[in-house]
Amino acid sequence: MLSVTNRSPGAVLSATAVSRGTVPRFARLIYPLAWATPMAAWQTLFFVVPLGFLIVLTFWKVENYRLVAALDPVNWIAVYGTPYFWSVYLRTCAMAAGAAALISLIAFPCAYFLAFHLDKGARRLAVLLLITPFFTSYLVRVYTWQAFLGDNGLINAALQGAGREPVAMLNTVFGTFVGYATLCLPLVVLLQFMSLVNIDRSLIEAARNLRCPPWRTVWAVIVPSARVGLVLGATFAFILTFGDFVSPTYLGGGNPPTLGILITDFTKAGNQWPRAAVVAVTMVTTLILVAFFAVRFAYKTRRRSHG
Amino acid sequence: MSKQIHRRTVLKAAMAGAGLIGAGPLLSARPAKAAPEELTMLSWYGHAEPDAVAEFEEVNNVRIKKKYYVGGDQMLALLAQSPPGTYDVILTDREYVEQLVAADMIERLSPEDYPFDDFFPEFQKFPGHWMGDDLYSVMIRFGYLGLSYNTAVLTEKDAMSYAVMWDDKVKGRVGHFDWHLPNFGVVSQFDGNADPFDLSDDRWQAVQDRVFSLKPQVAGYFDYGGVLSSLRSGEVAAIPGIGDWITGVLQRDGATVATAIPEEGGLMWAESLSIGKGSRRPDLAQRFIQYMTSPAGQVRTAKLQAYPALLPTEGGWKALQASDPDEAARQGMVASGPNAMDLLRNGRIKPRALPVRQSLEAWNDAWSRYKNL
Repeated sequence: MLSVTNRSPGAVLSATAVSRGTVPRFARLIYPLAWATPMAAWQTLFFVVPLGFLIVLTFWKVENYRLVAALDPVNWIAVYGTPYFWSVYLRTCAMAAGAAALISLIAFPCAYFLAFHLDKGARRLAVLLLITPFFTSYLVRVYTWQAFLGDNGLINAALQGAGREPVAMLNTVFGTFVGYATLCLPLVVLLQFMSLVNIDRSLIEAARNLRCPPWRTVWAVIVPSARVGLVLGATFAFILTFGDFVSPTYLGGGNPPTLGILITDFTKAGNQWPRAAVVAVTMVTTLILVAFFAVRFAYKTRRRSHG
Repeated sequence: MSKQIHRRTVLKAAMAGAGLIGAGPLLSARPAKAAPEELTMLSWYGHAEPDAVAEFEEVNNVRIKKKYYVGGDQMLALLAQSPPGTYDVILTDREYVEQLVAADMIERLSPEDYPFDDFFPEFQKFPGHWMGDDLYSVMIRFGYLGLSYNTAVLTEKDAMSYAVMWDDKVKGRVGHFDWHLPNFGVVSQFDGNADPFDLSDDRWQAVQDRVFSLKPQVAGYFDYGGVLSSLRSGEVAAIPGIGDWITGVLQRDGATVATAIPEEGGLMWAESLSIGKGSRRPDLAQRFIQYMTSPAGQVRTAKLQAYPALLPTEGGWKALQASDPDEAARQGMVASGPNAMDLLRNGRIKPRALPVRQSLEAWNDAWSRYKNL
């Protein structure tokens, strides 16, 4: 019996060795290529090519409402030369960063609870519930918020019932942030949860054995161990809210405007797609940079723990 | 064996399919009526819906193929991007007709084909639709823009001046329809400019300053749907530069809203029909315009589901008074007493127009700056 079990791994090994020897090199390349090609083709077709077109479009001109192919930097000069463009840009960055931080903070206790205080069955149910918001279109969910947040909405009706003054929520930045949370919160909780649930429990037990107080355990052990999920969650929140048009328009009342609204302004006025493309290229560049640095930070090797 | 059966089934299915396809033309040739002719139409939302055109389609055995646009700029862009003859009929706002003529996108029309005798004198040779003695577009409806307000927050007397927009009563509750032209236009009237769109640079600067000073009162900048829902919910209590085309729709739903034409004046919008350059069915297009200016078509366009409007023809007024006296009274299209034409006749109303001395881009740029204050 023993000899059989001992022999079989060796037999498999030698079989692979033989096949490696006989299969030609290029055939061995085909297998990984076959797996990698669809993704590369997809990315080229639906990201690189449109992005290239978008960049080309920024140099086109509009004559009598008609797009004319050209190589003219006029749109870059016009957009970057407008003072309000930069205030909208900074505002949108600040709002997206604020949303990413705030939503991460709100999501963390929830994800923590799911990961450490629920048994497997309850956890599965919770994850299912976190996915259900995606069954309904985001636009529909945002419109529903109007019924809650309006001056005569459900929340203010309740406040007035309790003898309080109504609070303006719709058409404010607060309204926009409610929409941002509607868009991102379930996703951020899921990402944080997946990171937290995979933390090596022995690290937490070790901290406890060494009499580390609970708060410090969270701060010094759990947060660093779950860094990848926490950073990715915040990054997704930034990316999704940075480009969002729906919440600032339908819950924020377009006041103050964000870059998404600025794009529609350009297309509505004089059919200025090239200028809208300048804004879009600026946004894509910003997002690529943010994603690059966030991923680098998330996967940075932990020097302290290794050294 | 199993393979053969499989092949046979596939063959059978294919033959059945081919049979069906072959029979297709025969079957469709069978109906008693000839296949309806197609008329293509480019317009604002709602003008090719059954409530407007069902009768015309039925009587003439026509099917109207519609393309809706949002805003004159988008209309010009759509026309610029499609080959001549794509649209047989084009519905436009008055201020864009001139641009369509300049871009050679619409046909010249023969005045005798249309019932101009039935038009109120003001509209028989309406500026903007005629270039000198040449007719390019036939007016079918119009409306006034002033100050729309929530009647639970403001009285009609309040709304008789645009000054109320700066009042504490509507702090944070002034809304804007997100289009520079009507907003700057009515504030220009408030500033005392007799021709609200023909402004010297000083006057234009004064209008901008006046609009910019409204910023602390502003709740938001809304598209068509946003204007409807914010007015309906009471979120917004005053919106300048819109009119019964919004509040009339909300009143049908029982909302407490109305439109006033303030003492300082209001604007007028006018929609008209033109025939697209290179139309393949100019006769049918002409028949459509004739229908929309006939009493039957006029009543339909006055009560259009999407947004109601006033009528430029006496025949239309009479037909509406006979068929729907309530709606005629609501819109002021009545035979005796003060009526909707009075405002126009006493000079309170000026046509909405493109800026005369500044470029459209400059106005639009100012609007973007206002939004970003």
